Amino acid sequence: MKNLLILGAGTAGTIMASHLRRKLPKSDWTITMVDRASHHDYQPGYLFMPFGIYSADDVRRPMKRTVPRGIDFREADVDRIEADTNRVLLQDGTALPYDLLIIATGVHPAPDQVEGMVNGDWRKNVHEFYTFEGAQALTERLKSWQGGKLVVHICEMPIKCPVAPLEFCFLADTWLQKQGLRGKTEITYVTPMSGAFTKPVASGILTKLLDEKRISVVHDFAIARVDAEKKAIVSWDEKEVPYDLLVTVPPNMGAEMIERSGLGDELNYVPTDKHTLQSKAHANIFVIGDATDCPTSKAGSVAHFEAEVLTENILHHIAGEPLRSRFDGHANCFIESGHGKGFLLDFNYDQEPVTGTFPFPGLGPMKLLGESRLNHLGKMAFKWIYWNVLLPGLPIPFVGHKMSLRGKNIPPKEVKAAA
Amino acid sequence: MPTKTLAGTPVDTDDEGYLVNHSQWNKDIAAALAAEEGITLTDGHWRVLDFIDADFKEKGVVPGMRRMNKVGNIPTKDLYALFPDGPIKKAAKISGYPKPASCV
Repeated sequence: MKNLLILGAGTAGTIMASHLRRKLPKSDWTITMVDRASHHDYQPGYLFMPFGIYSADDVRRPMKRTVPRGIDFREADVDRIEADTNRVLLQDGTALPYDLLIIATGVHPAPDQVEGMVNGDWRKNVHEFYTFEGAQALTERLKSWQGGKLVVHICEMPIKCPVAPLEFCFLADTWLQKQGLRGKTEITYVTPMSGAFTKPVASGILTKLLDEKRISVVHDFAIARVDAEKKAIVSWDEKEVPYDLLVTVPPNMGAEMIERSGLGDELNYVPTDKHTLQSKAHANIFVIGDATDCPTSKAGSVAHFEAEVLTENILHHIAGEPLRSRFDGHANCFIESGHGKGFLLDFNYDQEPVTGTFPFPGLGPMKLLGESRLNHLGKMAFKWIYWNVLLPGLPIPFVGHKMSLRGKNIPPKEVKAAA
Repeated sequence: MPTKTLAGTPVDTDDEGYLVNHSQWNKDIAAALAAEEGITLTDGHWRVLDFIDADFKEKGVVPGMRRMNKVGNIPTKDLYALFPDGPIKKAAKISGYPKPASCV
């Protein structure tokens, strides 16, 4: 009997468990999945909680409902991976031997990495919405909001779902209008990048949208500290942005266990072959989702596309064949733009997001990089798709892991990145 | 592709003045690139440039701020003092490497 061990039961780990349990015979392979949590969160839903669009029940399910059948699930903290002896040590002292290991431990916000961030004002006037607890605390804070300076801020790149802070601005704009507080609220978007987004064509369109919604942008802002007394964020070159409510995205770090295992880079991301998803250090360790250092977005859609490639490559590995399946960096993101509308981005390692139609060339029905109600409905429908199609590892019709260039308006000469 | 003369040597650059061919780089060219940014190179600058050079040869990318801190043992504060207004971009340019790619 052989052991396949999956660390992390989030989006990537759960999809892999679903795929591999179908592909690997139960008579030959035990599949064990380890996670410290007793529940599984629909992470894209955190964004909607502060505005009362989703409740806690929309985003959280008990793990027993999301772990696929035939998987041995352990709720436990991992102490470290001992790659040289092919085993994982849990904090309770248990050793789990493996033949194949999949690391799917993701990233998490690490506000302690910024001076002054977790001091006095944390979860009072300084908030984040990348955790369940954070989104809940922010929901409460907004209930007493009377207007003032709302600052939406990114500490450093890369972050999970890089469009989410922009979406937060757009949704806040709509929500404040409904509350009659928009006139009393100044919204400022503060980013370490040179523009609104990481990719030039999308950045141009999103900048225009920010402008239309009267959201001011401070770019090239590298945060040094939060000054809770002054209620301001301060950059390394001593620029200050004052806030009444700071909604920040803290640095996104990989699991500390990765660092203890000596397997990560300076952000605890695992160096990974960006096409095969094999770890660079060990042939029997594979990495998927946010935990990798692959140069694409850290997002659920990426984990979903990667899972198709990784499943094929694990079967190749077991058969002693070359890892023939190749991941192209495909990401597909809905962007909420407020007032019941949305945008859709589709891109990969080589092709930045452009305008067009999706998934059918010329027909759509979704518009790429254009605002529409259908894109918003797509995002709303996605919660159902996530629980019922994505996690069980079922294919999404017409959308494959290889990004399609059809239906995309590719500029004759790509504009140079401004960032 | 623009060509310009630095320290008496013609070099190829991109539109923003970053060298496109690291083999054309040497210490005199570094000094000339630094002068364009209003910087006179000291030992403190060279500690940063040497780290970028070694790290690029190992990893194939210009190290980010966190890597400079953690692996290079160079505090962010020092980087801003040595290379004001965007230390990573300036240090990358002076060390003859491409502009750091924006993240995704």
